[in-house]
Amino acid sequence: MGQAQGAGQQWVRRRWMGVLARASTATLEQAWAALEARPAYDFLRRPEIGMVMVRARAGGNGQRFNLGEMTVTRCTLRLAAAGPDAGPEQALAGTAYVAGRDARKAELAAVFDALLQDPARRPALLAAVVEPLAAEQAAARRAAGARAAASKVEFFTVAREAGEAAGETAGAGESGR
Amino acid sequence: MSPAAREAALRSLPPAFAEEVLDAQACFREAMEAMARPGVPRRLPAVPGLPGPLQPATAALLLTLCDLDTPVWLDHAVCDSGEVAAWLRFHRGAPIAGRPEEAAFAVVADPASLPPLDHFRLGDPEYPDRGATLLIQVADFRDDRGPLWSGPGLAAPLRLQPLGLPDRVWAERRALASLFPLGLDLIFTAGSRLVALPRSTRLED
Repeated sequence: MGQAQGAGQQWVRRRWMGVLARASTATLEQAWAALEARPAYDFLRRPEIGMVMVRARAGGNGQRFNLGEMTVTRCTLRLAAAGPDAGPEQALAGTAYVAGRDARKAELAAVFDALLQDPARRPALLAAVVEPLAAEQAAARRAAGARAAASKVEFFTVAREAGEAAGETAGAGESGR
Repeated sequence: MSPAAREAALRSLPPAFAEEVLDAQACFREAMEAMARPGVPRRLPAVPGLPGPLQPATAALLLTLCDLDTPVWLDHAVCDSGEVAAWLRFHRGAPIAGRPEEAAFAVVADPASLPPLDHFRLGDPEYPDRGATLLIQVADFRDDRGPLWSGPGLAAPLRLQPLGLPDRVWAERRALASLFPLGLDLIFTAGSRLVALPRSTRLED
């Protein structure tokens, strides 16, 4: 696998992990029930609830600060090997970190993450599960954005005319008007 | 480790306890009993998978005792495959110590190349409990030879020799006795059994 391809795949996986983590448990449960073949899996790490510190920067470039803690549930599991002669190296491991305390959701998201790493199953799963969820989440985000935009108040500073600014002495500032 | 290598390691990673809380409690109880009765072998519950050269008792103890706050030093026999380090980091988040003196726990699969005991952390007078605990894998235990063990927890002195342990270790252990309460706690493992040699136990010929 080439370096660029590896990085690209990592990005693709990051995207579907995000989409799965934001999906509701009910939708994941539906998608799981809709699968033709539901593989067996065993847990490397059972769903466990923990806290993570969310850090932020004011304005995107200020000092980093601790915004607050949030609850996160994580899970790692391994699919049973596909064929009878498949060694443990062929087994696919899936991981999920989801907001909240829903163990089942973390489990389902991890199963889908593992399934999506299988090149044979990926295209179908992306089309049937990930893309619809991504579209749904994007639409919800746009709707929320539109609601917020309606109440948006613009604060801005009027720039002084170029000529006027040049005519003034430095330090005179706004008090001259 | 690159993300791809990490992913590959995850695919073949042995699992931890099936019942995290109950199994860890059962192992902790056995380890505590072993420390309370030096020289008496005890059996630990099985673990579902063994990374690298670890024996069942060593793996169970590591899963029971290690966490984010316990740097673990691995000897070359354990360290070489990288599997044990990956397994410890994934399941317990334990940092891997680069040198013996940084470690809270040490795992030794090749007792012949055990570093001198005084290279490990012996604790300090305010906090003697900061002395390291060594998990040493041996072939078996023999109760018809070896030094005479006596002290707290032993109603009568007994003899015990972990097979494969070089004799110099006994001399190094005796040299540490004068530092008590500073010192090291040793746990020998063979298969799924363990024997503890806490720092309070005296060894004589």
